[in-house]
Amino acid sequence: MAKRSAPEVNAGSMADIAFLLLIFFLVTTTIETDSGLNRKLPSIEDQVDPPIIRQKNIFTVLVSKDDQLLVEEELADIQDLRSLAMSFLDNGGGVGEEACGYCEGERDESSSDNPDKAIISLKSDRETSYKVYISVQNELVAAYNGLRNREFLRLYPNLGLNYVDAQKKYADPRTNLDDSVDLKEKLNVVKKMYPQKLSEAESGSK
Amino acid sequence: MSKFKKKSGGESPAINTASLPDIVFMLLFFFMVATVMRDSTLMVVNKLPAADQIQKLDKKDRVMYIYAGKPSGRYEKKYGSSARIQLNDKFATVGEVGAFILAERSAKRQELQNVLTTALKVDSDTKMGLVQDIKQELRKVQALKINYTTRVGDYTQNLN
Repeated sequence: MAKRSAPEVNAGSMADIAFLLLIFFLVTTTIETDSGLNRKLPSIEDQVDPPIIRQKNIFTVLVSKDDQLLVEEELADIQDLRSLAMSFLDNGGGVGEEACGYCEGERDESSSDNPDKAIISLKSDRETSYKVYISVQNELVAAYNGLRNREFLRLYPNLGLNYVDAQKKYADPRTNLDDSVDLKEKLNVVKKMYPQKLSEAESGSK
Repeated sequence: MSKFKKKSGGESPAINTASLPDIVFMLLFFFMVATVMRDSTLMVVNKLPAADQIQKLDKKDRVMYIYAGKPSGRYEKKYGSSARIQLNDKFATVGEVGAFILAERSAKRQELQNVLTTALKVDSDTKMGLVQDIKQELRKVQALKINYTTRVGDYTQNLN
């Protein structure tokens, strides 16, 4: 019996098959790196008598049901929110033990004593729309980040990074271990100077 | 002398397509690697609000997702047009959030159970009432680390 040589496989349709697969993956792909605003909710349990906070150390932001913004009981525009929050946090009006050495604010007596005491209270109505709420949150976080950036650059000028960049670098898995330990320490120093005390009260319908 | 005689005929030679599969395969592999498959089909409208002061979310195995928004497309007829919560592949009520979180948490590895984050993927047109209810439920089950998942963008995009 004559041995038949195996016929050559026609590879012309290989491209078609590959295209099919390619299109499938193109359609199902969502190249997503989820990101967003990280928050920590207050624990429901430890509500043993809340510490007494002086009114001047609280910065109230209320988003009404018509998506209007009330900052310290006055109507405000969201564009001004960042600078208002920054000047509140950076005020440093305290004297003696409560003085704030690094604040560059106006040292107004009727505003916050120091960044450690300053609390931003964000209230929203049940009818407030989520996108406005997120915008407000974004601006408040921006206020903290702005101040932290400033201090980070002042304390560690030779790194050539601001706080936000340093945080990114710290989170990057490619940063080597020594660097990230070092960064963490520095980040914590700055974080402590302007601790993020942002309280999200439930329901402001009162 | 015809040493430099032009080749006869005006037709150009056919382009060799033998390397086409290679190119396509290369693209294919890129997308295969870059793909993150959606593990639950979205049944709600989910246009996230924009923000720019954002941090990247933790690794995927440390995140639990809660979706909320108006029922989309074909679900709108059945479930109405008011915003609802979606957990995995089902619509859920606020009361079910706690049980969902506990179930998700116990399904994770022991060492991850304390570092879990809850990602709230809420549509930008939702009212805060629903979000507040979810937050309250999360507090009840001690799932305190949350992330309001957003798009990257300036906040002014939200305001029109």
